[in-house]
Amino acid sequence: MEENSSNNTLLTPTLQEKCNWVRTETLKIHKIAPGIRVASALSCVEILVALYYGKILRFNPHNPSDEDRDRFIISKAHGSVSFYPILADLGYFPFDQLGKVGKVGSILGDIPDNSIPGYETINGSLGHGLGVACGIALGLKAKQSSRSVFVLLGDGELFEGSVWESIMFASQHNLDNLVLIIDNNRICMLDYCTKIINIEPIEEKFAAFGWKHFTADGHDIEELHSVLSAAKEQACSSPKVVIANTVKGKGVPKLEGDSLCHIRALKPEEIDALLREMQS
Amino acid sequence: MVDADKIEMLEDKARAIRLTVLNMIAEAGKGHIGGAYSCTDIIVALYYGGILRFAPDNPSWGLRDRFILSKGHSGSALFAVLADLGYFDTSELALYCKNGSILGGHPDRNVPGIEADTGSLGHGLGIGAGMALAAKLNNTGQRVFVLVGDGECAEGAVWEAMVFAARHKLANLTLIIDRNRQCVLDFTEDCAPLDPFSDKLAAFGWDTREINGHSFEEILAVLEEPVAIVEDRPRAIVANTVKGKGVSFMEGILKWHHAVPNQDELFAARTELAQQTNYQAS
Amino acid sequence: MKPEVMRDLLIEDICLRMKDNKKIFFLSADFGSPALDQLRADFPDRFFNVGIAEQNLVSIAAGLGLEGFTVYAYAIAPFISMRAFEQIRISLALMGQTREVNVNMIGVGAGLSYDVTGPTHHCLEDIALMNLLPNISVISPSDATFMKDIVSYTLVNKKPSYIRLDGKALPRIYDQTAKPDFNDGFCQICKGEKICIVATGYMTHVALKTAEVLKNDGISVGVIDIYLVKSPDMDKLKASLNEYSIFVTMEEGFIRKGGLDALITSISSATPSPKPVYPLGFDDQYVFEVGDRKHLHALAGLGEDRIIEFIKSIN
Repeated sequence: MEENSSNNTLLTPTLQEKCNWVRTETLKIHKIAPGIRVASALSCVEILVALYYGKILRFNPHNPSDEDRDRFIISKAHGSVSFYPILADLGYFPFDQLGKVGKVGSILGDIPDNSIPGYETINGSLGHGLGVACGIALGLKAKQSSRSVFVLLGDGELFEGSVWESIMFASQHNLDNLVLIIDNNRICMLDYCTKIINIEPIEEKFAAFGWKHFTADGHDIEELHSVLSAAKEQACSSPKVVIANTVKGKGVPKLEGDSLCHIRALKPEEIDALLREMQS
Repeated sequence: MVDADKIEMLEDKARAIRLTVLNMIAEAGKGHIGGAYSCTDIIVALYYGGILRFAPDNPSWGLRDRFILSKGHSGSALFAVLADLGYFDTSELALYCKNGSILGGHPDRNVPGIEADTGSLGHGLGIGAGMALAAKLNNTGQRVFVLVGDGECAEGAVWEAMVFAARHKLANLTLIIDRNRQCVLDFTEDCAPLDPFSDKLAAFGWDTREINGHSFEEILAVLEEPVAIVEDRPRAIVANTVKGKGVSFMEGILKWHHAVPNQDELFAARTELAQQTNYQAS
Repeated sequence: MKPEVMRDLLIEDICLRMKDNKKIFFLSADFGSPALDQLRADFPDRFFNVGIAEQNLVSIAAGLGLEGFTVYAYAIAPFISMRAFEQIRISLALMGQTREVNVNMIGVGAGLSYDVTGPTHHCLEDIALMNLLPNISVISPSDATFMKDIVSYTLVNKKPSYIRLDGKALPRIYDQTAKPDFNDGFCQICKGEKICIVATGYMTHVALKTAEVLKNDGISVGVIDIYLVKSPDMDKLKASLNEYSIFVTMEEGFIRKGGLDALITSISSATPSPKPVYPLGFDDQYVFEVGDRKHLHALAGLGEDRIIEFIKSIN
C-alpha cells in the first residue's frame, strides 16, 4: 500500500509544486489531444493532488483492485485528464502513455473509462458516479471494511436528478464512509451555472438533505488539504460533502472567467507560451 | 378567514367524493384508495373552492388554469370530481377500470379535464414547469398547480424540475405535496426520508408553506394567497395528510395503498362516511 | 393446477439462498409482493427499499455488484427498464464488460400484465431495449417452473441480467419437475408441420392455445418458447426452426422494433432461401382504451379468432 510511501506523500510546499507539475503535464497532453476538456481538468488539479499526495487516500498502484484501497470515483470524468499524469507518476501505467492520449490504440482517451488502471468505474455521462459510490459504500460497510469512498462531482452535475436520489439515499443509510467533493467551478458547458439553473447555495441544500458539509478554496492547497483531511476524519453518522470553490481553467488566464471555456481548446503556440511561462 | 358555509360545503363535497371513490374501487376490484383519500380534500379545494379557473364544457379552453395530478394512481378521486363537475357523464364512473372505458387505473388525456398522462411517478412537476413557463412567456395569467405524492419526491426528476422552476422564477407554479408519509412498502421516513421537508424545498429556492392538508381553512388560505407574494418564487405547499383519510380503519395503514375493501369493510367504510355527513349536516 | 405469481416464487427462492449466501442483496424501488415481506423480515441488513427512485436503484446495485455482491434489483418492469435505461447502459452494460457486476434486475409487469392500469404501466418496449445492450442477459420465463432455476442461473452467470416477469398469476405450461435448460435458452413445446409459432412469456400461453384450436381443425403447428430472448443456443434453435417453412412470432411488445421478431427474422434471412416470418404483436401505437388483457389484445388485432384466422390464411 502506497499511502505513506515517502516519494508520493508530500508536504504543503511540495504539494503546491506537484499541482504546478500536474498543470504543466495537463497542458502538454492538451497539445497532443486538442479535444480534451482542458478547462474542467484544470479546476480539479488541487483536489486530485491533495487526495493522492496528501495522505488522504489509501491506494496501491501495483494492484489497483487491492481490497484494502479507498475507492475514488470521478463522476466528472470528462474533466479528469489531469488525473492521467498523477496515475502515471504513481506507477499505475508507464509514463510514455501520456504522449499517446487520444491516439489510435491508446488506453487513454479524451474522456477516461474504467479500462484505465486507477479508474474505478466508467463515467462520462454525468450523474452516475454518486449512486454507484453509494452502492460501494454500502458494500464496504457490509464487508465491515474501514475503507472510504471518495467521489468527485462537477457542480453542473447537481442538475441531474439522479444525483439527488443518491444524496437522499446516502443520508438515509448514514453512509459516513462516503466523502463527496464538489468541484464548484460554477461553469457548465454553455454558461455560468447560475445563469442556466442556479444551484447555489449548495451548502444549504446539502444541510437540508442531512449531509455534513465543508467548504474550501479549491485552489489553496493548504486549506483544501486540511479540509479534506478533516472531512475524512470527522466522526459523524452522516455522509460528508466538501464544496471546493474553484475556477474553471485555473492557471490559464485566457480560460479563467470565460463562460465558454469548457469547450475552448488552446492553440499549440498558446500552450507553448504558457509552458514557457510556467517553467520560468 | 374563510366563511363557515363554504367550509361546510367543501367538507360535504369531499365526503361525497370519497364515497364515490369507494364505490368505484369496490366495483372495479382495484384502485389505490389510500392515496386517493389523502389528497381528496386538496382536489376538492382546488375545484370547488374557487381556486382553479376551468370550464367543464370546454376542457381545452386556453385560459384555464392547469392542474396536473402527478401522483396518477390517485386518479379515482380526480375522476369523481371531473364527473361531478360535468366534464363527462357520471355514468362513466361505474366503468372505472372496465373494458371499453376511458377511465383506467391512471389518468390520461383521453379523459376530458386531464392535463397530462401520469402514472409513472415524477413526471408531473417537469411538465407543469414547462406549462408555467409557457403561461409566463405568453403573459396570459394562468396558474399551474401540480399535486405530487411525498414518496414521489424520491425521484430525482422532481428535483430537476425544482431547480428549473426556481431559476426561471415561475411564480405562477404551485406545487402541492400530499405529505401522507407513506409510500407502498414503507413509511417514507423509513426508506426515502424527506424531513425536514420544508427546509429542502426552501433550499431549492421555493416559497414554502406547510399546512394541514385536511383543513379546508388552511388549504384555502394558502391557495387564495396571491401569487408572487414572495417575489418571483414558485410556491411549494407541504400538505400534511393521512393516507386513507376519512375511513378510520384505513388511516395510516400501509396496506390501504392499494387494497380493495371486502364486503364487511365496504359496509363499514360506507357507514362511516355517511355518518360523518349526517354529523356535519346537523 | 392453481395459477401462480412468478415474482413470489422467485423471491421465495432468493430468500432461501440468502440464508446460506451472505453475499446476496435485495433492493426494491418501493415495490412489494407477499413473499417480499418474509425476505425483509429475515434479512433487514441485506434488504433495502431505495424508495421511488429507479435510477438510483440501478446505481446502488451496480456499486454493490462492484464490491462482489450479488444483487437483485426489483421494480415495476416499465420503470426499471426505461426510466433507469442509461444507468443500466453505463453501470451494467458498459461496466459489465470489464468488471464482474452481478446485478439482476427483476421487472414485474411484462407486456400488458398491468392491463387496466393504463399505458404508463404497459411494458411493450423492454425486450427490444435490453436486446440493444451488450453484456445483459434477458430472461423471459413463461411460467413458474423457471423460478427455482433462475437464481441458480444468475449465481453462475455472474453477469447483469434483466428478468421480465408477468404480473399476473399464470397456469403452468411445463411439468413441475421440468428443468429449464439455460444453455439452450428455448424449448420446443410441441412439434408441427409447416408453421412454427415462436413466442415468449405470456404469449407462449396464447401460442399453445392457438396450436390446440388449430389441431382440432386439422392443422398442426409447432410452438417454441424462447426464454433467453437474447442468447438462445443459435445452432440448436436454427436446427429446430429448419424443420418448418413458415414462422409466426408472438410477443406482447411492439413488432418490427428489435424484439423477438428480429431474432427469428435474422435467423431466417441468413439462410440461402429465407422463409417468411410473420410478426404478431403491437403495431406502432399505444393502447389508451381501458380494458383487461384480452380486451386490449383484441383491440390490437391479437384476439384468439384473429390469430387463428391469420394462421389458417398463411398455412
